[in-house]
Amino acid sequence: MAGYKPVAIQTYPVLGEKITQDTLYWNNYKTPVQIKEFGAVSKVDFSSQPPYNYAVTASSRIHIYGRYSQEPIKTFSRFKDTAYCATFRQDGRLLVAGSEDGGVQLFDISGRAPLRQFEGHTKAVHSVDFTADKYHVVSGADDYTVKLWDIPNSQEILTFKEHSDYVRCGCASKLNPDLFVTGSYDHTVKMFDARTNQSVISVEHGQPVESVLLFPSGGLLVSAGGRYVKVWDMLKGGQLLVSLKNHHKTVTCLCLSSSGQRLLSGSLDRKVKVYSTTSYKVVHSFDYTASILSLALAHEDETIVVGMTNGILSVKHRKSEAKKDLVPRRRRPAYRTFIKGKNYMKQQDDILINRPSKKHLELYDRDLKNFRISKALDRVLEPTCSIKTPEVTVSIIKELNRRGVLANALAGRDEKEISRVLNFLIRNLSQPRFAPVLINAAEIIIDIYLPVIGQSPVVDKKFLVLQGLVEKEIDYQRELLETLGMMDMLFATMTRKESTSVLQHNTSDEFLENNKIES
Amino acid sequence: MVEEEGIRVVRCGGSELNFRRAVFSADSKYIFCVSGDFIKVYSTATEECVHILQGHRNLVTGIQLNPSNHLQLYSCSVDGTIKLWDYIDGILIKTFRVGCELHALFTLSCAEDSVFVMINKGKPDVFQLASVKLPKSSSQEIEAKELSFVLDYVNQSPKCIAFGNEGEYVAAVRDFYLSVYFFKKKTTTRFTLSSSRNKKHARNNFTCVACHPKEDCIATGHKDGKIRLWRNFDDEKKYTYTCLHWHHDLVMDLAFSVTGSSLLSGGRESVLVEWREAAEKNKEFLPRLGATIEHISVSPAGDLFCTSHSDNKITIIHRNLEASAVIQGLVKDRSIFTGLMIDPRTKALVLNGKPGHLQFYSLQSDKQLYNLDIIQQEYINDSGLIQIELTKAAFGCYGNWLATVEQRQEKETELELQMKIWMYNKKTQGFVLNTKVNMPHEDHITALCFCNAEKSESSTLVTASKDGHFKVWILTDDSDIYKKAVGWTCDFVGSYHKYQATNCCFSEDGSLLAVSFEEIVTIWDSETWELKCTFCQRAGKIRHLCFGRLTCSKYLLGVTENGILCCWNLLSCALEWSTKLNVRVMEPDPNSENIAAITQSSARTNLCHEPRPLYIQKNICREEVLWGVFVPRDVPESFTSEAHQWLNRSQFYFLTKSQSLLTFSTQSPEEKLTPTSKQLLAEESLPTTPFYFLLGKHRQQQQNDKLNEALENELVQLPLTENIPAISELLHTPAHVLPSASFLCSMFVNSLLLSTETKSAEENPDDVDMEEEKESDDSDEENNFTEKIQDTNNTDLEEDIIHQLSKSEEKELKKFRKVDYSWIAAL
Repeated sequence: MAGYKPVAIQTYPVLGEKITQDTLYWNNYKTPVQIKEFGAVSKVDFSSQPPYNYAVTASSRIHIYGRYSQEPIKTFSRFKDTAYCATFRQDGRLLVAGSEDGGVQLFDISGRAPLRQFEGHTKAVHSVDFTADKYHVVSGADDYTVKLWDIPNSQEILTFKEHSDYVRCGCASKLNPDLFVTGSYDHTVKMFDARTNQSVISVEHGQPVESVLLFPSGGLLVSAGGRYVKVWDMLKGGQLLVSLKNHHKTVTCLCLSSSGQRLLSGSLDRKVKVYSTTSYKVVHSFDYTASILSLALAHEDETIVVGMTNGILSVKHRKSEAKKDLVPRRRRPAYRTFIKGKNYMKQQDDILINRPSKKHLELYDRDLKNFRISKALDRVLEPTCSIKTPEVTVSIIKELNRRGVLANALAGRDEKEISRVLNFLIRNLSQPRFAPVLINAAEIIIDIYLPVIGQSPVVDKKFLVLQGLVEKEIDYQRELLETLGMMDMLFATMTRKESTSVLQHNTSDEFLENNKIES
Repeated sequence: MVEEEGIRVVRCGGSELNFRRAVFSADSKYIFCVSGDFIKVYSTATEECVHILQGHRNLVTGIQLNPSNHLQLYSCSVDGTIKLWDYIDGILIKTFRVGCELHALFTLSCAEDSVFVMINKGKPDVFQLASVKLPKSSSQEIEAKELSFVLDYVNQSPKCIAFGNEGEYVAAVRDFYLSVYFFKKKTTTRFTLSSSRNKKHARNNFTCVACHPKEDCIATGHKDGKIRLWRNFDDEKKYTYTCLHWHHDLVMDLAFSVTGSSLLSGGRESVLVEWREAAEKNKEFLPRLGATIEHISVSPAGDLFCTSHSDNKITIIHRNLEASAVIQGLVKDRSIFTGLMIDPRTKALVLNGKPGHLQFYSLQSDKQLYNLDIIQQEYINDSGLIQIELTKAAFGCYGNWLATVEQRQEKETELELQMKIWMYNKKTQGFVLNTKVNMPHEDHITALCFCNAEKSESSTLVTASKDGHFKVWILTDDSDIYKKAVGWTCDFVGSYHKYQATNCCFSEDGSLLAVSFEEIVTIWDSETWELKCTFCQRAGKIRHLCFGRLTCSKYLLGVTENGILCCWNLLSCALEWSTKLNVRVMEPDPNSENIAAITQSSARTNLCHEPRPLYIQKNICREEVLWGVFVPRDVPESFTSEAHQWLNRSQFYFLTKSQSLLTFSTQSPEEKLTPTSKQLLAEESLPTTPFYFLLGKHRQQQQNDKLNEALENELVQLPLTENIPAISELLHTPAHVLPSASFLCSMFVNSLLLSTETKSAEENPDDVDMEEEKESDDSDEENNFTEKIQDTNNTDLEEDIIHQLSKSEEKELKKFRKVDYSWIAAL
């Protein structure tokens, strides 16, 4: 015959932001650490090698921070003018940076003075990067040129003069040492090949390009400029895959999560948006205090570093995983016990008969199944349940009421137990979704315990609190009704003009209080 | 082809199965239960109805196996006859006419020539137990007037009488006393409980009694849930009793197992309790049987129990308390709130079933298809509890969606309301909960309808409520990157001057929605939800509302509480016609422009555009009709006469207050009956080996010669030689597994000769003829039929039975025409 049906726990829609695995993931960071820099933070770059230090470019300095340090562990300050775009090499040992005066400088992480200086640009160099073979540097400058430099003999190898405006961003392919991409204020993003001396693909972004990003596979290109983030399929010759317009100010920086599943974009509207790279839908969004200029994610998304126009560097660390319990765990049966017989492959003539899966019942359901009603109520009134999941408690009270045994379950309790019930009522009685059930329970409690009132000061006090709560609620309701009356009058004047029936707005749940509680 | 007779009202299934205790056959293969005027024979293994024994002209009130021949069954009826049946073939053997209303039947193995019946003489409440001597005679109808009274003033229910210890005594209970009559001493001893003597409001009335099969021990059940076991009751002073108490509500029935080692009891808790060794500690339970246990019976072989439940169900239970089969009729335990609906997919009738369930009931096979659990909560069966009721349901979009409304109201102000919308899942072939809306309205929902227009791209559902609003719910895409989902959300809330919304209805093309607000009908555009126009007749609240269909789609019909049927024209926005007619039920036919309206005393169908009814049937039944529905026919009929045309495409079913399901039929009673009286025993099928094809057939052929003569006028179909399985089997079977060639030769040659003898086949039915008969499609049924006979070693009787078959059948059918259905009203 049909088995026992567990109590239906009433579920309520979660108000506010929807909880998804993404919100859980991206909210799992500690409160940000704020570090004050000397000027607007134009670039943050993480070293891809342990210990995952990061270089912060702000004003004329480059600071190297350790993962958890609040003070820079190293500073490069030998710039005459503003420094730009300090970038680590893949092995984390060299750092390249451009500057306002048109120089490109290469630093050793351990040294202080620049190893190489590449002179050739006539205007500010806003974008530098290492190519995939580690021996070349690509730079883009405000003199509309893109140059490729050789590190060993610090010579210029190639110059591309295809852009017709400032080149403000660039990125080298991680797979092919000859490919790199630059974005310019002439609204184009161009992909260059060092083996030819011209661009191979050029796409029209439509706005001045502020940031470009190549996917690790090199197949997809993301460009940001204006309010748009655009994704291009490079393997299809630069076809526009999707255009995202989720910011309401210029998008300044782009970044990929370490898994490659999420794309992050920072904007002057003080928001960082997280997109899924499969559907290109926004899955999460962060708020910051100032316009965002730079953004970087550490290895395994351990840290989010955001640089802002007001010179504040915001560093968020991921919360450490739940501590492993030190209590030695009980020895469990070996793995092979569980897979015993499970790995048997079905033969052709075999008929597979599944064992009916055993239904797991909650403890309170087990009590209810055996008609131990008081025990079931006790179980859901325990603080772990009644505070964390009040809807379970309310559902059980409702079920007991449906079975007609709520009075029996509530009766015969001592001071401690009754105050536990009253605590729950005080906490939840005023919630509209629980009110109908709990008011009924409160009535029953008052009926039962009226004769013994005055015997325990603790319980009496709780009753008084409950009474105050009810009075306050009645006042609220009166005010709401007044407001509703006023609104009705406003609507009535509107209907005369339109002469159609008016959509009635749902009034808030009205309480049905009774004066018994006040006894 | 159909002969056009007058349209009659016929009952169509849904008969009661739990009226009396079910009876097992001696070998536990069959179970018998009374069902209205019939006795139904079910197979305990397959749950199929094997036979329906028809012959009584009134309610059958008792059945017992013939103690001297366990292949025969006695039955008694309110029509004053006791009939003896051969249940294996479904044949009436004898009829004993007693002459007064019989209310229960008991048989004893020690008194072979007489049976005990309960009769009612004089006052309606006074029942007597009498023994009837059944005279031995060869004729079919025998007068049996020799009555001798045993006990006077007994309870009406047969549960209150039990015979003990091989017929030495009979125990009867009524109110507060137990009386035992000893046949040998011819004395009656009467016992009363000491507590009930003094107290005025004692709750220990006796409710049922059972006697131990071996010892002198009587078990009685009481209203307070106690079971008492009486011993030493032959002495009025020294009697003792022990008490067993588990039930908290009255004990509905008691039964001892065959050996007497355990006692079974059941009641409202829907738990079967087995008391072992008559001890309070030793008890076993079978819980959650679904509904109140009304009767318990035990098979003579001792391997099976069965419980009859108040929801028209018989559960067959193994000795080890494991339910093995469920015979479920139309659940009629409770009032029907949802009305009758048709599932567009299965064409099954859908209505309230078990508590919290929606039942899908096949009208063709008179069988419940399945139950859909809507409320999904543990059902506690206790008097005085306010249960969650399933009040409304509607199918939408060709059966893809189902909307249900459930409510529970404890006090005036505390209404719990929930709307659930279910989606049909093609993979699991069932409905899956899609959306749950808590408190969709602030007051009772009065109507629920889907927009079933063919071209509508979005699904729409409308609910109307007493809170003065109607809400439009639409299907919206709720999917995001994590999952794909659809759900229903509220799209529009409409109201009209704070009147209660009472009905809602979509036009056929889905472009208009009509909502009635008490006396006023409002028409809304379903695209923009603008109020288009209103109709008001000031003739009382609108009770029903429906749009015309097909050519009449410009009309809207409404029925008011004051008994006025109005028809509005939607093009001119004016009243087309109205007529004074107190319509109870109004139902449109989905396949034609007809609308059926049932008034207090008659049913009529209307075409929308004229006030003149198309057809009127008066006096359809004695009680109020609550619900009706048109069921589309699978194959349209072709009635030509005007009065019958409305039944061409659909059939109209309706449900009365006593919850009997009736319909209009034009077929003669014989036609209606033939499919059900078909004798099917599809139980033991031999494996179809090559041997079976050759030898099994040969054997049956010899036995079936006589039967074949009766059927000789049937059309004979000749299969092609290539299609004869015997031949193909013979040719494809390895030689070493075949019987000897000499044995096969004659048969093989005969089967080859078949095709040449086509013309003579009808004239002289011989062996060959039989052979081909066997190869036609219905051969399986026949085979099993004959094998059954052989199993029971009744081969000698066989000829007689077959001769009787045609005669007696004819007779039964003639009688059936005269059957009065008045007993339905008496229920």
